[in-house]
Amino acid sequence: MKTDLSVIGTDVRRLEGRAKVTGRIEFVDNIELPGMLQAAILRSQVPHGRIRKVDASRARSLPGVYAVLTGDDLLQMNIDPFVGPAFKDQAPLAIGKVRYVGDPIAAVAAVDRDTAEEALELIDVEIEELPAVFTVQDAMKPDAPLICERLVPANTFADLIELLGGEDVPATSNACFQYKLRRGDVEDGLRRSDRVFEHTFSNPASQHGDLEYHCSIARWTSSDRLEVWSATQSPSYVRIMLANMFHVPESRIRVMVSYLGGGFGSKLYMKLEPLAALLARAAERPVKVRLSRKEEFLTITKHGVSATLRTGVTKDGRILARDCQVMWDTGAYADIGPRVTHKSGYTSAGPYDIPNVRIDSFSVHTNKPPAGAFRGFGIMQVCWAYESQMDIIAREMGWDPVEFRLKNVLHEGDRQATGTIVRSLGLDESIQAVAKAVGMGNGNALHPTTATHLRRGKGIACSMKAVITPSVSAATVLVHPDGSVSVLSSSVDMGQGSDTQLAQIAAEELGVRVEDVGVVHPDTDVTPYDLITAGSRTTFHMGNAVRLAAADARQQLWSTAAERLDAAPDEIVARDGKVWARSAPDRAVTHAQLMFARFGARAGTLMGRGTFETHHGATDMETGQSDNVTAHWMCGATAAEVEVDTETGRVRIVDLATAVDVGKAINPFACRQQIAGASIQGTGPALFEEMLQEAGQLTNASFVDYKIPSLPDLPERVQPLIVEVAHPEGPYGAKGIGEAGIFAIAPAIANAIADAVGARVPDLPLTPEKVLRAMEANSSLAPSGGEGKGEGAS
Amino acid sequence: MKHEITLTVNGRQHPLVVESHRTLLEALRDELKLFGARESCGMGLCGACTVLVDNLPVSSCSYLAARANGRSITTIEGLADGETLHPVQQAFIEHGSFQCSYCTPGMILTATSLLRDNPNPSADDVKDYMAGNLCRCGAYYEIIEAVLGAAERMRR
Repeated sequence: MKTDLSVIGTDVRRLEGRAKVTGRIEFVDNIELPGMLQAAILRSQVPHGRIRKVDASRARSLPGVYAVLTGDDLLQMNIDPFVGPAFKDQAPLAIGKVRYVGDPIAAVAAVDRDTAEEALELIDVEIEELPAVFTVQDAMKPDAPLICERLVPANTFADLIELLGGEDVPATSNACFQYKLRRGDVEDGLRRSDRVFEHTFSNPASQHGDLEYHCSIARWTSSDRLEVWSATQSPSYVRIMLANMFHVPESRIRVMVSYLGGGFGSKLYMKLEPLAALLARAAERPVKVRLSRKEEFLTITKHGVSATLRTGVTKDGRILARDCQVMWDTGAYADIGPRVTHKSGYTSAGPYDIPNVRIDSFSVHTNKPPAGAFRGFGIMQVCWAYESQMDIIAREMGWDPVEFRLKNVLHEGDRQATGTIVRSLGLDESIQAVAKAVGMGNGNALHPTTATHLRRGKGIACSMKAVITPSVSAATVLVHPDGSVSVLSSSVDMGQGSDTQLAQIAAEELGVRVEDVGVVHPDTDVTPYDLITAGSRTTFHMGNAVRLAAADARQQLWSTAAERLDAAPDEIVARDGKVWARSAPDRAVTHAQLMFARFGARAGTLMGRGTFETHHGATDMETGQSDNVTAHWMCGATAAEVEVDTETGRVRIVDLATAVDVGKAINPFACRQQIAGASIQGTGPALFEEMLQEAGQLTNASFVDYKIPSLPDLPERVQPLIVEVAHPEGPYGAKGIGEAGIFAIAPAIANAIADAVGARVPDLPLTPEKVLRAMEANSSLAPSGGEGKGEGAS
Repeated sequence: MKHEITLTVNGRQHPLVVESHRTLLEALRDELKLFGARESCGMGLCGACTVLVDNLPVSSCSYLAARANGRSITTIEGLADGETLHPVQQAFIEHGSFQCSYCTPGMILTATSLLRDNPNPSADDVKDYMAGNLCRCGAYYEIIEAVLGAAERMRR
């Protein structure tokens, strides 16, 4: 690997910047095809029910309508209608039953959206309502109505094949998945502890809120190939699943992705692609399916979670045992719930060296919109619980919250709760960086309150996550006759800037200028396989694949260079579009000249190939123990200073410092932007974001009623901090960073509130009302500003 | 009911026939194929569909096309002077003021309106004036920096 870096580590601005500020950037919704129809979806008004009849005959005869499909129609087509990344449990249109308010029942393709929506009014539906459940607690009762009757493993993703097995089994409860981790002896550890703390914390379901709607366009070509343009984070997966659905070779399915207007996990796996393809087949015309904001709320959410932790500590500040029970509300369909439950299961006890750990996590169905992946695959939710409790313990025991964490945090060579040895984890450094940034950790984080109604406090929280393993990313790098370079990758640039960073890697390896590198957007006919663009995978995995592909192309070009420059291939160096022998820097040639020399004309293509695969060790399903659960750990820490208005309970964030261990910053500006962006996004679920429902009916499904952070909500200061603990297998040492900046935002703010006013709110979001109530409930909050007691210590 | 209207968009006149309920956003996207204004909330409060109507920022998703008859509309596509970007556009590139950029056209157009009203705004002025433009990626600080940077350049 190159070590004398020229492009890596520099603040290259986005390649597509000009297209973005002129509004000409391509989103899927901009695409119009000749004869293209628009779609509309009829959705269930009841949370749980048996479909007695769907009569679409009147809709079908409305002028302008080309196709109407119902669940029954899907059964008549030669397809496998059930999809889902974990279980094949969700048909594009409900078959037999509806399971939540918003479950699609029928869909129309018509000349325009008005006609399609008019046709929906003409569809007669009879549904026999069934008893429904809206909380995990109710869903787990023995007599609870069963929401999904069968668990049919999808058998697609390597990690889930191992977890869910290959068998199709009848469901016996609403828990579709359980994760177990056993390390040491928890009960013994709790008995030997000097103090045991037990608390329950919860987060509500919330929205991804990516501003671009889900949108998919499908067209069947005259040669019976299916072309799909989709706002998806997982084009390779979509191709495989559409091939499954239609029983055709993957080579007959083409999935293309332009830029995305945000994703944050909402655009993963299959969403609208099957419906677009089915409607296009039925209508024999291209069809666009695009959601509205209200439908976004009904399509995918972040999991609501309740976590109960029992933690035993010794007087000298060590955590001896931690017992975690985590209940994940995955909604009416599993989507990726089992992976969220599993991946966050590894670290549900926190990023700490704890000898005795027990974790039981359940992924549970309720009659609500499906919950899927949200930035961090569940780490935000478990971090909320364990970092809130860490703070309660520190305050109860009179320990400094920074010191308490530093004393217990995992270090290089420690065995994590899964039994996997930790490598390359800059957690200690991250904690110290943020503590310093807001002025904590000088032996005493607590400081005197003022006499006014405004009180300030500081709080800290930290977290870690395992990157999804095993996985595969592949890339092709092409060198063209003029020496310019194309990178072919199925990674999706949804705003995180992956195009620019992949271009930087190719430019570095080949010694060309970044502006001479083009990144070809996902087109499964052309760009090689990539697992998904999610889980902070791209820099590490696709970055490595691009590096390997570029190195492969370089090796080919350098053999020509060696002849031309009369030097050994390992003597060749290149940067900024020039290539020379180390011994003769004055005799430089260009990549174009080398290509001409290689092919004898302005002709030819050099092709470099790169595939990067990660592997994991076998996991004991009863104990969750494995010598290798993950290719790398990612981690971060946040420290917050807040000001609480003791009269209104309103919280203002004065300072928010977040450090993420990026391994090596490929593009420091982009790294800081990811960290700051995640921090700001994280203030929403911390302070006010929450999906509200009554009897399964969402009551705030719009941006009027569901607020996301706006400019006036900005913290007074956000400090994005880069920590670099190089990973031996990362490209130039780099690790994934897209998620780690958001993990610890909510608990850091809550801990700062507790520091300010002694009040502890166990249930997100931290609304003024809840803060005020917690203050009122806290008898120790004397006007003089006494030390707050964490609630519920046992 | 159909209306025969003329929209003057980025200096070019477009005769159109639109239904009463057709929004300006739909007219721009569906009829004129200008895709810089985008729908996100559909209720006129997120700012992604912002365009300038007679130099004032409006949410085109909540503004009827028929009402824009005879008015002068500027979309993001019409902001640059040929190849030369508007100072606010240039500042957005220099300060890296976007991630996905779905909100960017609305942000930039609202900022040009702010700078017309107030050539020397403070950061708090920017926050107040642009409170109705949402960015889910959280590039808000970079946006404030770009607006202040553009203001300085435009005052010179």
